[in-house]
Amino acid sequence: MKYLLLKHYRGAPTAANDVPMDRWTPAEVDAHMRYMHDFAARLEETGEFVDTQALLPDGAFVRYDGPGRPPVTDGPFAETKDLIAGWYIIDVESWERAVELAGELSAAPGAGGEPIHEWLEVRPFFTGSPTVNE
Amino acid sequence: MNEALLRELVPAVIGVLVRRGADFASAEDAVQEALIRALETWPDDPPREPKAWLVAVGWRKFLDATRAETSRRGRELTVELEPPAGPAPGEDDTLRLYFLCAHPTLPVGSAVALTLRAVGGLTTRQIAAAYLVPEATMAQRISRAKRRIAGLPLDRPGDLGTVLRVLYLVFNEGYGGDVDLAGEAIRLTRQLVALTGEPEVSGLLALMLLHHARRASRTGEDGRLVPLAAQDRSRWDTRLIAEGVTILQAALARDRLGEYQAQAAIAALHADAPSTAETDWVQIVEWYDELLLRTDSPVVRLNRAVAVGEADGPGAGLAALADVPADLPRYAAVTAYLHERAGDLERAADLYAEAARAATSVPERDHLTREAARVRHHLTTE
Repeated sequence: MKYLLLKHYRGAPTAANDVPMDRWTPAEVDAHMRYMHDFAARLEETGEFVDTQALLPDGAFVRYDGPGRPPVTDGPFAETKDLIAGWYIIDVESWERAVELAGELSAAPGAGGEPIHEWLEVRPFFTGSPTVNE
Repeated sequence: MNEALLRELVPAVIGVLVRRGADFASAEDAVQEALIRALETWPDDPPREPKAWLVAVGWRKFLDATRAETSRRGRELTVELEPPAGPAPGEDDTLRLYFLCAHPTLPVGSAVALTLRAVGGLTTRQIAAAYLVPEATMAQRISRAKRRIAGLPLDRPGDLGTVLRVLYLVFNEGYGGDVDLAGEAIRLTRQLVALTGEPEVSGLLALMLLHHARRASRTGEDGRLVPLAAQDRSRWDTRLIAEGVTILQAALARDRLGEYQAQAAIAALHADAPSTAETDWVQIVEWYDELLLRTDSPVVRLNRAVAVGEADGPGAGLAALADVPADLPRYAAVTAYLHERAGDLERAADLYAEAARAATSVPERDHLTREAARVRHHLTTE
């Protein structure tokens, strides 16, 4: 079963240890980076890793604007509630395991070397093939 | 020699290496390497004795790996260079591989991967592509699984139930990448029937063949799901149906009924019917009752309610849903269908929409969305 662990720039409930990263000491930043790297390495080691990507906060909304016309772009919208920062895709045995891993990821250290307690969104993927039930 | 024939040799070759003294994990790795080498070189330079070639190359890979490992540890090479002439590997070797690869202590995803590699002779790359994960992830999953079962005795009978569950999971995955997983599951189950002679294994094979016979009609041109009632029955594979029915009848005659035989009996009744209306729903309900005696699963209760709805009318079907938990993925879809049959279209449309939101696969979601739209359209144009 595949799950998306979604990190938000904005839109998730506020983390307990909410000091922005540019206010951390360099050593705290290093410790955070190392934790993230080790987390990915652990997933690879357990055979549960599928993908991880990070997104820039920039970008725009784009939509079709009728035949023969270029698409309309707009934004970025400062007021938009949700802003995705990146994700992990994991392939695990159960929902419980997905939650356990999201908990681990959320324990990444932040200011003062304390866990950030960041809220991560865990979302199941659709399965590829429907179950035959006839 | 084609790839399918090559794959068939894999478990026997692992068996030879294990008999010569290799541990299972190393033997399996060595044969996987030999297999990849064979896939590269055989098209241009086919060997005269394919199995002997695989054994020779596999054994050499095993020795290379052992030598590397030994020198890494700075110890003397103790493995004999000439393989001892062990007893000829028998069918038991392959059967033991089934039990080992689907060992109950393994997470089911790992058991599936290991079975496909060691018994099915697929490469890690093919398995990874079939399950949409990176090759390195699949390789890790397989080597962890092998570490987990290292040291388990190979000479005890295993748990046939978990083997059948693993094979059925592979079957239900359908197509994966360039591998026909359903076809592969049928091949492995067919082989297991020959190795065990257990009626439940035959039951599973019959069930797979009967489902497989309808595969082409289950999907429309654009990949859409076609429900049983709307399937073009002239496209059902009558040869597979006949084979499935024959295998099932022989299994049932041995009077050791099990879950898979009961499910195959239901599939056979569907396969035998010229239309949904002419289906023997009463007998299907009886088979569901039989199934419930063996496995009191909520999914079986849910499917039974559908059959009751066909046999005794939608009201009876809805009544049969009383003891089914409402949080099952297909619960709303079934209630929607029964309400539509009962003429309550408002309710049916809402329930189809709810069912689409609860669907766990994209084809099911799209199908249920169309059903909701169809019923609503019918309501507004009446």
